[in-house]
Amino acid sequence: MTAVEGFVADDAIRCDACPVLCYIKPGRTGACDRYGNHEGTLVRLDPHVVLDRTLERGGAVKPFLERGREWDGTLGSHGETFVTAIGAGTTYPDYKPAPFIISSQVEGVDMVTVVTEGIFSYCGVKVKIDTDRHLGAECSTVRVRGEAIGHVTTSEYGSQMLSLGGVRHLTGSSRHEGTATCDTLLNLCNGKAVELRIDDGSRVVVQAGQPPIVDGAQEERMRVGCGSATIGMFAKQWFGKVDEVVVVDDHITGVLSEHQAGKLLGVPETGIKLKGRRSTPGRYFQVAEPGTSWGGTDVEDPLTILGKFNAKKAWSGLRLLMVSTTGEHYSYFELDEDLKPQEKTLPAGLRASVARIKENCEPALCTVLFMGGAGGSLRAGVTENPVKLTHSVRDALTHVTCGGAPVYVWPGGGITFMVDVTRLPQNAFGSVPTPALVAPIEFTLRLADYAELGGYVEHVRPLSAVVAENERRRRVSARAENPWPLESGVKAVRTVRTKKR
Amino acid sequence: MNERAQIRMLADGRRLHLHDGPIDLIVEAFGSPHQVEAAYRAASVRFLAVLDELCGELAYLRTACSAEAPWPRGAVARRMVAAVMPYAAEYFVTPMAAVAGAVAEEILASMTAAAELSSAYVNDGGDIALHLGAGEKLVIGMVERPDRPSLLGTTTVHAHDPVRGIATSGWRGRSFSLGIADSVTVLADRAAAADAAATIIANAVDLPGHSAIVRVPACELAPDSDLRNQPVTQAVGELTVEDVDQALEAGARSAQRLLRMGLIRSSALSLHGETRVVGALGELPITATSVHERGLVHA
Repeated sequence: MTAVEGFVADDAIRCDACPVLCYIKPGRTGACDRYGNHEGTLVRLDPHVVLDRTLERGGAVKPFLERGREWDGTLGSHGETFVTAIGAGTTYPDYKPAPFIISSQVEGVDMVTVVTEGIFSYCGVKVKIDTDRHLGAECSTVRVRGEAIGHVTTSEYGSQMLSLGGVRHLTGSSRHEGTATCDTLLNLCNGKAVELRIDDGSRVVVQAGQPPIVDGAQEERMRVGCGSATIGMFAKQWFGKVDEVVVVDDHITGVLSEHQAGKLLGVPETGIKLKGRRSTPGRYFQVAEPGTSWGGTDVEDPLTILGKFNAKKAWSGLRLLMVSTTGEHYSYFELDEDLKPQEKTLPAGLRASVARIKENCEPALCTVLFMGGAGGSLRAGVTENPVKLTHSVRDALTHVTCGGAPVYVWPGGGITFMVDVTRLPQNAFGSVPTPALVAPIEFTLRLADYAELGGYVEHVRPLSAVVAENERRRRVSARAENPWPLESGVKAVRTVRTKKR
Repeated sequence: MNERAQIRMLADGRRLHLHDGPIDLIVEAFGSPHQVEAAYRAASVRFLAVLDELCGELAYLRTACSAEAPWPRGAVARRMVAAVMPYAAEYFVTPMAAVAGAVAEEILASMTAAAELSSAYVNDGGDIALHLGAGEKLVIGMVERPDRPSLLGTTTVHAHDPVRGIATSGWRGRSFSLGIADSVTVLADRAAAADAAATIIANAVDLPGHSAIVRVPACELAPDSDLRNQPVTQAVGELTVEDVDQALEAGARSAQRLLRMGLIRSSALSLHGETRVVGALGELPITATSVHERGLVHA
């Protein structure tokens, strides 16, 4: 694609709906005529997405002519089509029925799916970035276009975590901040790459399902464990091939000869001296400053974290391996006559263990979970008594999905849920100038239960009617890894019924 | 793998619709139900990989063709290059000029390899690959302007004819044209060859320097167009009868040359309601607009 780069004008946007990756000028459409540039925003020209189970991913094609009847192209009444809320429209701010309340039969049970797009002022994304590199201190502000849009939160195993968005950034501060926050959330949720800057920290490019790019360097792998854990895992493989191993890690640097694992194998003392604070034998904190080099430290030359070898214990010819927690950085040394480490080529026997560390590190990815809470007006579109919907979800009588994708609903009050944005159809999220995010949400429950919680039963329409009425409805294949929303709904109901008996 | 592609039967229960990115194919096969099913299955499986294959070499396929350039890897890409190569020395042409026809050919080939069919067609936005068993025929309907589908005429392709590909080009269509033809339809031995030839002939239907014609560099409309800064037709104003005649004459000369070189079998050129036919091309003009049951509306 580099060949065409020179022709790209500033106002063109790049469509990533398919691998053609068209550059689209304002007011024009891409090669497919399905996506266009509307005032600088990529818009889908067919607005409403119907998840179609028959359009399975990965090439599984329905045996068309084996079907007992002529396929009319809709499959409406057979529980094989699920209308998602993407592009459905919304009820906000009125107390009126959701745009689509659809009945279908699944395994003989009459089910209702209430489909709406929620405007979420209370929403944000939780971002997990698989990297040991230090991106910024906890609570540091995360910025886009200079505006504060979130912060660094508690790091997790092998990953840095960001909490972005939320009502305070969306509506609580300046208009610029709100817009920058909304744009960032929208882009992240729709699977686009966003560059984030962390105060007193790194510049990181985040894209759901893609490796992070930290200060211009793409992260390849997630570490196998902390420095100490790495010593434990590989001690046996090193035993006899090398006298000392230091696994450099910003959190806990491990030293083989002092570590419990080394002791158990009978590795003799080497007189090594590490900088930093010793936690327990063979485990050191703060051997250097956090950074983006060796094991998430700022170490460029590993010898800088070592003091002088103790002449009483060290010996000339002592073999020392220094390696990072991902196997990405490594150096091999031997002590000379003056007990000074001299770098040597890594012996073949040790090369395998370094490769093994690398091999055990999983691909580093960014994951983006959208988190939002369904407020009163959204719930009012489902039932005349909004709190009953909350109770129904709580009692697992109502199954919640987001664009057909499974969600995790937080315990406690309200309907606050999280969803992995990569499990939704493309471009499932939208925004309003409020600013707030628009996300699809569907509630699936038994028709009888729907009536019981004060649902708009008179507005229920059969699936076949909804599918038939609008040519502009977009059919997408159901994602194989997602449970079929209607089936999950039935299962949830069944489980609860069984329990009650 | 490919989660974009959509594969479905059309409402008539007979035709298969394959969609992925900018590709939309209408496929119909004739034969025993079992064979038709096998053909549709093969078409669907092959189709899932096509767009990714093409995009893998898109930069190459968007650059002007030359005899020295290496061959591409993909089967569709090879069909494209083979189709435009005859024009490489004389014209600015990229393999993209034959993409639609090449995709149609490739899918049709996957179907005929997997099943015994009496006949079949793959219609890629008007660029059509045909399969005709002994004694079979297909009636093709042609439209004058893709944006206003009304039948210009029909042509019947018989199994004993060498024609297995049909394509149409013109500035009103989805792709850019350097010429002013409303449409140029070409019948050739293969769909990719017809596609490339239609592009070349439609470019030749032109009035260089005419004030009524609005042209814009392709890259200003679509920054990544393979036509780069070539001026593409965006509007055609009032033309005199002489203008129309002159433009069609230029196109017809081009078509005649391609005919003599054996690159096409026949061609119909339309501009402002006037039509020229080069070579033998069915029953033109027609009076009745009813198309045979197996007819295709060619848009």
